[in-house]
Amino acid sequence: MAQPATYSALDAERGDFYLHLLRQMVLIRRFEERAGEAYAQGKIGGFCHLYIGQEAVAVGAIAALGPADYIFTSYREHAHALARGMTPRAAMAELFGKVTGCSKGKGGSMHLFDVSTGFLGGHAIVGAHLPLAAGAAFAAKYRGSDQVTVCFFGEAAVNIGAFHETLNMAALWKLPVIFLCENNRYGMGTALERASAVYDISQRACSYDMASEIADGMDVLAMYDVTHRAVDRARTEGLPTLIEARTYRYMGHSMADPIHGHYRTKEELEEQKQRDPIESFKARLLDEGLLDGETYDQMESVIADDVDDSIRFSEESPDPDPDELFRDVYRD
Amino acid sequence: MEALSPTMEEGKVVSWLKQEGEGVKTGDVLAEVETDKAVMELQARGDGVLRKIVAEEGATVEVGSLVAVIAAPDEDIDALLEEGAGSGEREPGRQEQEAEGEQRAGAPTATVAPPVRTPGQPSPPPARPAPLPETADGARIKASPLARRVAAERGIDLKIVQGSGPGGRIVLRDVEAAQAEPPVPPPALALRDEGFEDAKLSQMRKTIARRLVESIGPIPHFFLTTEVDMERTAEARQALNALGEEPRISFNDIIMKVIAASLREHRDCNAWWQEDHIRYFNEVHLGMAVAIDEGLITPVIRHAHQKTLRQIAVEARALAERARVRKLKPEEYTGATFSVSNLGMLDIDQFTAVINPPEAGIVAIGSITEKPVVVDGAVVVRKRMRMTMSCDHRVIDGATGARFLQTVRRMLENPLAIVW
Amino acid sequence: MPTITYRDALNQALREEMERDPNVFLMGEEVGVYQGAYKVSRGLLEKFGEQRVVDTPIAELGFAGVGVGAAMVGLRPIIEFMTWNFALLAIDEVVNAAAKMLYMSGGQIPIPIVFRGPGGAALQLAAQHSQAFESWYAHVPGLKVVAPATPYDAKGLLKSAVRDDNPVMFLEGEMLYNTKGDVPDDEYTIPLGEADVKREGSDVTLIVHSKTVAVALKAADRLAKELDVSAEIVDLRTIRPLDTAAIAQSVQKTNRCVVVEEGWPFCGIGAQVAFEIQRDAFDHLDAPVLRVTGADVPMPYNKKLERSAKPSPDAVIDAVKQVTYLD
Repeated sequence: MAQPATYSALDAERGDFYLHLLRQMVLIRRFEERAGEAYAQGKIGGFCHLYIGQEAVAVGAIAALGPADYIFTSYREHAHALARGMTPRAAMAELFGKVTGCSKGKGGSMHLFDVSTGFLGGHAIVGAHLPLAAGAAFAAKYRGSDQVTVCFFGEAAVNIGAFHETLNMAALWKLPVIFLCENNRYGMGTALERASAVYDISQRACSYDMASEIADGMDVLAMYDVTHRAVDRARTEGLPTLIEARTYRYMGHSMADPIHGHYRTKEELEEQKQRDPIESFKARLLDEGLLDGETYDQMESVIADDVDDSIRFSEESPDPDPDELFRDVYRD
Repeated sequence: MEALSPTMEEGKVVSWLKQEGEGVKTGDVLAEVETDKAVMELQARGDGVLRKIVAEEGATVEVGSLVAVIAAPDEDIDALLEEGAGSGEREPGRQEQEAEGEQRAGAPTATVAPPVRTPGQPSPPPARPAPLPETADGARIKASPLARRVAAERGIDLKIVQGSGPGGRIVLRDVEAAQAEPPVPPPALALRDEGFEDAKLSQMRKTIARRLVESIGPIPHFFLTTEVDMERTAEARQALNALGEEPRISFNDIIMKVIAASLREHRDCNAWWQEDHIRYFNEVHLGMAVAIDEGLITPVIRHAHQKTLRQIAVEARALAERARVRKLKPEEYTGATFSVSNLGMLDIDQFTAVINPPEAGIVAIGSITEKPVVVDGAVVVRKRMRMTMSCDHRVIDGATGARFLQTVRRMLENPLAIVW
Repeated sequence: MPTITYRDALNQALREEMERDPNVFLMGEEVGVYQGAYKVSRGLLEKFGEQRVVDTPIAELGFAGVGVGAAMVGLRPIIEFMTWNFALLAIDEVVNAAAKMLYMSGGQIPIPIVFRGPGGAALQLAAQHSQAFESWYAHVPGLKVVAPATPYDAKGLLKSAVRDDNPVMFLEGEMLYNTKGDVPDDEYTIPLGEADVKREGSDVTLIVHSKTVAVALKAADRLAKELDVSAEIVDLRTIRPLDTAAIAQSVQKTNRCVVVEEGWPFCGIGAQVAFEIQRDAFDHLDAPVLRVTGADVPMPYNKKLERSAKPSPDAVIDAVKQVTYLD
């Protein structure tokens, strides 16, 4: 099996950038922890899929994008929205179903949108947003802009027809799109090995003569570097890339699902947590003197305040007006 | 107990993974809980010591109820435990909301026993909409909606129309071919010589019951009573009747005339509650409750505000007579904008009448009695009459109704005001 | 006024709208080099180039989704399905993506897209190629559904559909492509959501759309000649939004109604129309609303069986006799 790209070396000149990445990862983790808590308290309804463990993927990849680029994601997308700059308030209020949420409380946890940053959604039919991403890339090419589209999806989506149809068209039409597969090993409770005839997802690209790379999805810098190369390929050559990010999900598939049990062991979970993307990156920065304990504590404290504030804001925000029920069905 | 799935209402504690007295940190797994979906981990939401396990292994507890207490080693947790005993208390979350929703959706509408009517009770309102016509033996008449409407418009009784459609359905062409004929009188009540009488519920009685419930139930009633000096009305009536022309004018005729005239000045009482709107009428169509053998009905004097006292007297008699022989046409007992019920002739001093929805008000007229009152500082005997207005508060407010009654009272106390 | 085919009327609409707005493009199987499976897109590749007339692989789900994604970022795609039978492969992108994007994004993302192609039965194409799906799409809030019957309507409605900011399902009649009608040279559009009285009458209303307009016109001629019954024909043209006012107005005049459609009866368009009529014109009805629909079976291949599975003038006349109590 192919091996992921190795650690990128740290560059002392880029200390601020590294702190930015760390800050985003910590924000996402705290946000998700508090979301889980609010879910357990019944303040968040429906399905709620947490991203804990996978932070390096969204943060590293999105850091490699330009401001005009487009992002499509699946339903495990709180992290991507935050990494793209959505405020914790707008995201949390949406989870709470409040009118102050990014989608006015009408989308919920699985349907975060922010057109102003090109964050084109949380989509909740597995694999069905891949064609949408190709469509945005088609539009960029049609208009002659240099916008790149990145589409995040789980490894379970590679077995659905939309994946094949889309990769074929993207390669055929040379679309500036990056298919970023977050391989967290389990599609809900089914291990990759039990669902896919080919374990090495990056190899799927061969069918479409498409470039592919494997990245260590627990290493935020590796994610950044790999994505950066793919963005270059898309922007300058107009070519698509399939990236397989090998990562791990600490939580259950959704808040309603067991963290471990019949489908994976607690031991496996504990072992994976040793590769924690936040802890390992933090340790590297400390080792190399790019971060000190005090700065980190300060960062944690600001983030805790931000997330607390988002919870308070969401609790205090009003529900959508009853008239909202019939608004936005059609555009006049 | 946390909600560990979107549909979870209770959870079973499978096992505790921490012991009482053990220190715990946020995220530690405290226990395994079986939800409706899977066995899930119950995690600590704070740091401290697991001071007390409330829900033992094997226990099934509702979401939101206390399962254990995590606190500082020396913190007093008695109050917490006490509060937890009442349990289930938490902020309204998913489960409660859903349960509420189900209740709303599944709850049967409140069943109210039909009120028992005793003599002297105010007359319940008449049927509106009109019950579907029946044949002499009580079978439903089959007619197309269009045929029904046209028959009603032309005053044709569907009972006498022969249907030519499938299964005898009366269709437009049948109505057009039919001649209007007087309806067959309804069968008399079956009387049996026993200690009681079982009377089959007539369609009218059923309708009265239903309408009464409808009225008492959802309409926020309030009542206004005023006493009127009827001396001058009595004089006026006497003077008019002294002319010797038929028909003789009754107090009721004058009261109807006065109320009709007053409603013209108080359009805010001459209105229908229409659920999503209020319809105020410029015209006054005045309903007058008439007791008949089978119950009661409220024929309507149309355009009452435009009619002379004599016209009202003539029409009121004709309508009452037709009501007694059950020959009223639907358009003669529907469409009132306001009603009057008079039990004065039955020696009732004062009563409250039941609103006839969608009308917003009804005035109940009591008997005219001589009683001592103080006039200009001296006690004198005067003819006095009490009237009570029932108001639908959704349409009429207290002061609105009071001002209307004031106008009525002033006119009755000075009947010349009618022509003013 | 020139007389042209339904096919050419659609071609004109595509051509004019693509000339008018550079964000409009056509995508689908065989739309370019092959000139369209039914030649609706004839000449467009030559005029607009392969950037704007895009041949796709046989991948309905994929290219429907590409269309929706392009619409999300501001283009105005016209996605051609070779037939609506194949569009079932793409229904997820239509129902789960196109129809809901505006709502679940809290009003941020409109989807100005047209999905179009031929629907309904042609001749002996058998079960998988002979289906009318109007009611499927009309069920979904967020979609508009159009099914024109004449060249004039086809052109005017397609132009409106392209300019609409919502997903429009534009179901053409495969058997209508060669039919001819007057189409003015001058620019015009027909608003979505307006029915059209194709023939005035006083005794019964026939509510129809797409191919059943022709069926009803034939039936109406015979009803007038043979039975002295005057039938009014209301062509819905747009299924959603439904012109309920036009329906009620006609039924209030005629007091009787027969709904004719090519699709299957269960949960069909006629079921909805009959509901609207009993609500809006109850007191005007002299008979129950009857329906003439496609037979409730998969389409058979055999020519005679196929004929009896489709709505016919005979079936319409039988229904009219029942609602006018003439049988």
